[in-house]
This record gives sequence, C-alpha cells and structure tokens, in this order.
Amino acid sequence: MTSQAPHQPWLQRWHVKPIGWTILLVVLLVASSRMTGVDVGMFLSNLDQFTALLTRLSQPAWDYLPVIMRPLYETIQMAILGTTIGAALALPFALLAAGNLVHNRWLRSGIRFWLDLVRTLPDLLLAAIFVAIFGIGSTAGVVTLAIFSFGMVSKLFYEVIETIDMGPLEALESVGAGKLTVIWYAVLPQILNQFVSYFLYTLEINVRASTVLGYLGAGGIGVFLQRSLNEFNYSQTAVIILATLVVVMVIDGISNHLRRVLL
Amino acid sequence: MMQTTISKQSLPLVIWRRWHWLLWVVAVAVIYTWAVTGLHFTGLQESAASVSQSIVHGLVQPDWAYVYNGSGEDLVSLVLQTLAIAFLGTFISALISVPFAFWAARGGREWLHLRSGSGKIILTLIRTFPEIVLAIMFIKAVGPGSYAGVLAVSIHSIGMLGKLFSEAIENMDRGADEAIMSAGGNSGQIFVLATLPTILPEFISYTLYRFEIAVRSASILGMVGAGGIGTPMIFAIQTRNWPRVGIILLGIVLMVLVIDTLSEQLRKRLV
Repeated sequence: MTSQAPHQPWLQRWHVKPIGWTILLVVLLVASSRMTGVDVGMFLSNLDQFTALLTRLSQPAWDYLPVIMRPLYETIQMAILGTTIGAALALPFALLAAGNLVHNRWLRSGIRFWLDLVRTLPDLLLAAIFVAIFGIGSTAGVVTLAIFSFGMVSKLFYEVIETIDMGPLEALESVGAGKLTVIWYAVLPQILNQFVSYFLYTLEINVRASTVLGYLGAGGIGVFLQRSLNEFNYSQTAVIILATLVVVMVIDGISNHLRRVLL
Repeated sequence: MMQTTISKQSLPLVIWRRWHWLLWVVAVAVIYTWAVTGLHFTGLQESAASVSQSIVHGLVQPDWAYVYNGSGEDLVSLVLQTLAIAFLGTFISALISVPFAFWAARGGREWLHLRSGSGKIILTLIRTFPEIVLAIMFIKAVGPGSYAGVLAVSIHSIGMLGKLFSEAIENMDRGADEAIMSAGGNSGQIFVLATLPTILPEFISYTLYRFEIAVRSASILGMVGAGGIGTPMIFAIQTRNWPRVGIILLGIVLMVLVIDTLSEQLRKRLV
C-alpha cells in the first residue's frame, strides 16, 4: 500500500475545468437574461391575464369542429405531398453524399455542405419566403415542406447508405455492372425498408410542422389558427389545437406501427 | 411431386402471401389520389418570376449596412438576442424537465404503468402544443418582446427534453445505484452519488442538442412578436425589402452553422 496520495496536476487539484465551465455558464445566463429582459415579477403580476386566457382556452367551442375538418385534411395532404417530393429529391443527393459510393471527396463534401445549408433554414422562415413567391395558399406550404424534408431526409438517407453491406456491390462491380445497375440491384434492396421508415418519421414531423405553416398564409389549419388568435376567439383556438393533437397522434400511431412492421 | 404437398386449406394463404403487396399498392395509390386531388393548386402568381428574381438579387447583394449600426436593432445585436432567448429558454427547460423525466420514466417491468404512462401523455401534450401559440399566449402575459420568447422556448422544450431524459433514465446503468444501496446508502445518497453522475453527461448532451433546435425556433418566434431576429425578417419580407431579407438569411444560416458545429464538438467530448 502506498502511503502517498497520487500526484495531481494543478489543473485537477484546483478543479480548474469544472469551475471554469460553471463561471462561463453563469456569465452566459446573466448576460442572456439581461439581454432578453427577463422579469419574473412582471410575469407574476400579469398572471391573471394569463390564467384568464387559459380558462377561455379550456372551454372549446365544439360547434366550430365541422368548419375546420376541411383545412385539417388539407394539412395532412400538404404533409404527404411535401414529404414525398422532398424524399424523391433527396434520394439522388443522398447517393452522391454517401462516402462508400462516391469516392470523389470534393464532390461529396460539396454536396454535404449544400445539404447542411438547406438544413439550417427553419420551416416558418421558408414558408414566409414561399408565400411571397407562390402567393397565399397550399402550394407555398407544399414547397416549404418539400424543401424542409429534403434537408432532413437526405442526411438520414446517406447515413443509412453508409452502413450497407458492400459485398453485393463488389460482386456486381466485379462482373462489370454499371453504376446505375449497382445502385438498383445492390444498394436499393438493402436500404428500402430503412428509407420507408425514415420517410414515415419525416411525415410525422411534417404533419406537426404543417399545422403552423398556415399561420403565415401557407395553407392548412394554420390559417384558421391565426384567424381565431387574431379575433381573440380562444375557444375556437382550443378546438383547433385539440383537433390538431388528435390528427398528430393518429398519424404518429399509424406511422409507428408501420415502422415496427418494416424493421 | 412437390406441388401436391400444398394442401387445399392453405391455398388461400398462399394466394394471400403472393398477392398481398397489391393491397399496399392500392392503399398507397388511394392515399396519393386523395392528397393530390384534395389540394387545389393556386399555381404561380404572375409576379412569381419577378419576385423570385428580386429575391435572388437581394440574396446576391445583401444589405451590408444592416450588419452593425450601433442602434441595437441591427443584425449582430438581434442574432445575439436570438441566441440569448434560445440559451436561457433551454436552460430553464432543462431544469424543469428533470422532475418530468423521473415522472415519465418506466421503472418496473409491468406492461401498464400508471405513473410513467400519465407522465408520457403529459409530455406528448406539451410536445404537440404549437410553440407559436405558446409564444402568443406569453405575449399576452408579459407583452411582446424576447421575454415571451424565452418563456415559450422553455415550456415547449420540456416536451422533447422530458422524453429524451426519461428514456435516458430507463436505459441507464443501475450498477452504481446498487453499489451505493448495498453499502447502506439512503435514497437521497443514491440519487446524488450514483444516479446523477451516471446520467448527467447524457442529460447535458441532450440539452445541447435541444439548444440547436431552440436556436432555430427562436429565430422564427419573432415572426409573431416574441423577440429575436424573426421580427425584422418578417417586416423585411412584408415590405419586399429583399436586400435586407438576404442579409438576415445569411445571418441566420451562419448563426445556426456555428452553433451546430460548436454543440456537436461539445457533445462528442461528453458521451
């Protein structure tokens, strides 16, 4: 047994790293609360307004439900079309970004950087721009969701492609098959189930996203959400939120079930 | 002969196995017909070409003067404000999420668990409640500005962080817990000495990941008046000030790229 304590470098002995991180965290917290003007007292003093709003939200006007059925369907339709277009566009990009298929590093990292750029754009921001281009309506919503899901799906897809078994590819290449033949007979069969699973996952996210896109005029239930909020008609807002909740949960349930069957 | 081994009873099964993919084809076809025919496409506006042209023009020649002019309403200050909203919101949300996570985490093996089941439902409800509506509600309570944004981010993020945290708790290694328990530690000591140290790196990693998402949502919350870069963005789009839109878009893209890279580096070191 050694009688001496093991030697500690001063970095460890004085806990420099944890203390440094804590100081950084506190400085950032103080700076950001000053910048955002956080004031707990103001929130508490206006709490009655907030609770009044909550009580009005808790009394849904159920007779409004038939009015919003049509835009609810529209929301799902937008999500389905947008996800499909986005996924179809994503497939070639995913193939080009996969490290085991494309050996040209410049092409690959160029495409990956482009995909990273697309992924940085938030959905509502895209919606605002496409409403300016396509006008108010569901077309802007479909295009927004297509671009949004393109960014997400392409990354998920190329990460799947990089995990495939290279055996079938090498077998086909060794007998002289062309690039497209290899992709069709060796790559696609291995990844199809994963693709469909990720497609459904993206669809779930897009259904959630499409419910608010209409807030900026991009079609669907969001248009009615904005209208009810502008008219301070919170009992209608409550119905819209609850109906959206049911739709999202049903789509999530179906998609979860299908994904479990697939994988 | 091989063919005769197929008995009469299993014939429907064979047909089902061979042809049931057709059912899927029909189902998918029906869904897509419904989706395409249900939407009435407005088509392109006459102004679409000229608008896209001016957008591209604005993106190529951004309004550089807006980057910093010392007024506090410029790009740099508003990007910093957006980051502050996301940071503070995520931090508050992470603190609130911990009790929610322990509530929703399934402990035993029973199929139907009342406590964790109710917790999971609450978290799903919070997750599905649109962040924009939350922001509007908080604007009623504290007035328009970034404070409302902080509150919206901190409440909305609970839904996802609580879920990720609870899954981390469900999958955590119980070895340290059991070691403290067998040495006679009480439940408080188990929590502080074993559970927290085991789970903390994962919690921080998820919080950083959620921070990346919060930066994106904080940059659009301003569109409804909850502070940050979204407010000048929506004004610029509505007034067709495309050079201004261009510089704000550049700012957002740069901000998100930098934050994503930083957070990814930190997360790699943690787990």
